[in-house]
Amino acid sequence: MRTILDFEKPIAELDANIEALKRITAEQGIDKSEQIAALERDRERLLREIFRNLTPWDRTLLARHPQRPYALDYIRVIFDDFIELHGDRQFGDDGAIIGGMAWLNEKPVMVIGQQKGRDLKERQRRNFGMAKPEGYRKALRLMHLAQKFGRPVITFVDTPAADPGVESESRGISEAIARNLREMIMLKVPIVSIVIGEGGSGGALGIAVADRVLMLEYAIYSVIPPEGCAAILWRDPKRAPEAAEALKLTAHDAQRFGVVDEVIEEPLGGAHRDPLAAAQTVKEALLRHLPPLQKLSVGKLRESRYERYRNLGMWHIATE
Amino acid sequence: MQRGWFVRRSRTEGLAIDEMNDAWVKCNGCQQILFARDFERNLKVCPRCGHHHRLSARERIELLADPATFVERDAEVVSADPLGFPEYADKLSKGRANSGLPEAMVSGTCTLSGIPIVLAVADFAFMGGSMGSAVGEKVARAMEYALEQRLPIVICSCSGGARMQEGLLSLMQMAKTCAAAAKLHEIGIPYISVLTDPTMAGVLASYASVGDVVIAEPGALIGFAGQRVAQQAQVVKPPPNFQTAEFQLEHGMVDIVVPRKELKHTLQRILRFFTGG
Repeated sequence: MRTILDFEKPIAELDANIEALKRITAEQGIDKSEQIAALERDRERLLREIFRNLTPWDRTLLARHPQRPYALDYIRVIFDDFIELHGDRQFGDDGAIIGGMAWLNEKPVMVIGQQKGRDLKERQRRNFGMAKPEGYRKALRLMHLAQKFGRPVITFVDTPAADPGVESESRGISEAIARNLREMIMLKVPIVSIVIGEGGSGGALGIAVADRVLMLEYAIYSVIPPEGCAAILWRDPKRAPEAAEALKLTAHDAQRFGVVDEVIEEPLGGAHRDPLAAAQTVKEALLRHLPPLQKLSVGKLRESRYERYRNLGMWHIATE
Repeated sequence: MQRGWFVRRSRTEGLAIDEMNDAWVKCNGCQQILFARDFERNLKVCPRCGHHHRLSARERIELLADPATFVERDAEVVSADPLGFPEYADKLSKGRANSGLPEAMVSGTCTLSGIPIVLAVADFAFMGGSMGSAVGEKVARAMEYALEQRLPIVICSCSGGARMQEGLLSLMQMAKTCAAAAKLHEIGIPYISVLTDPTMAGVLASYASVGDVVIAEPGALIGFAGQRVAQQAQVVKPPPNFQTAEFQLEHGMVDIVVPRKELKHTLQRILRFFTGG
């Protein structure tokens, strides 16, 4: 079933009218092309207007949109000959993190991503994109494999959070994330991360320490979900829209803070309206960012990555 | 010895029964009424049930540093309000008043049983010891100083996690502190992480977990997700000791659980292994 967000409803109504006119044309042979064209113009104008005025909360809902393309949707379009590799060699295989070998325009790369599920069964298998320790450890294993053979790493970030459950705690979810942060800083091959949907806190960061961090226009990146923030601030999760505003979780905020290097524009109305075009734009961005990184020496690469993270943050020097 | 942060006496955690009379405190563990002097003398560990009450940064430094050897560094690094976040400025002033500190982390150098070290200690009374840009910066600077001076570093964590009020910038302190830890790791500077009650979320999932040796205090709350989140919709029922120091020891995430009265001696023995011989 298609999900239609509240602010998408006027578009959905126009879409239905356009469909109906097309059906009349097809079934009854009556030419409605002029009316259709007029409606399509309205639709585009309306889309532009709605998407120009999105609130941070609207963007949060878009980032979580059930029709939004997920990591594997991007991987299928962007890369050739993807071979998925499984398991952390310690405990198991985590469905919430996928990874493997692939080719980006004739160049071999290691691809890693957080994967959500499309239907109920797959959502359970993917744990709603919430990775467990074995997921982060699989990701690290693949990064080390990439390092061993000098292949750059590309990660797709899309998770509400790391898995908060008892099992994950028992197997050291904090240690798994912390280790990834430390190891990714020192990795000897280039890393490019793309936040494609939800950049959920430490769970996202666990695969997102990179030389270049790119972010889709309607993705979000936050230290805490707006609902959780509202619950803490006002003891009322329903005030999430206000919290989304306060948290400054949009792509442009992330760029302003220096966390994100480039905001990738999405197709009009969001990536879910044209997943193929969205993937093409991401591919172009990758092809722009990766080659300069591959020209750097290992020393220079790691030094700039260190500096990139070392300089993040805003604080004061007290005068007395 | 710098004492800028020493001005105000921080709040004692054991509850005073009579606010006018500091002679008695109630244990947060067994609820027994204790003679305050015994309680203090026992390093705020209940002599009856062994419950370890929280120490302020100042008290922790007094516990670990040799007398009059602690020299504070980077005290001027304090929080800004980069997001203009609701009520943050107010919470910062309250944090300063509650803790008597300019920031949730105190760092500097000292000797521990004669061994020169870098020591950084979090204070829960300052916004739950949470990590914002300033705390992250102080941790990174402490680690870089340890690297520069080739000194071992001991960090005592006591924190609810990343500081929500600085949003994404707080999250990035996880990467920043781990970046500094990566350098220590690569060069081989000993880093000992001491987890005290509580060490949670963004702090546990970053620098606190990557020590060469990870020590925890008995009974300390140590975990990734808040208890409420962790227990919601759980398939597996959490064990009674869930997210305690003992739970983390049992699951291989902590090297040793050390009672407070043995902490300094244990640290000395570990530091000696790395630096002596």
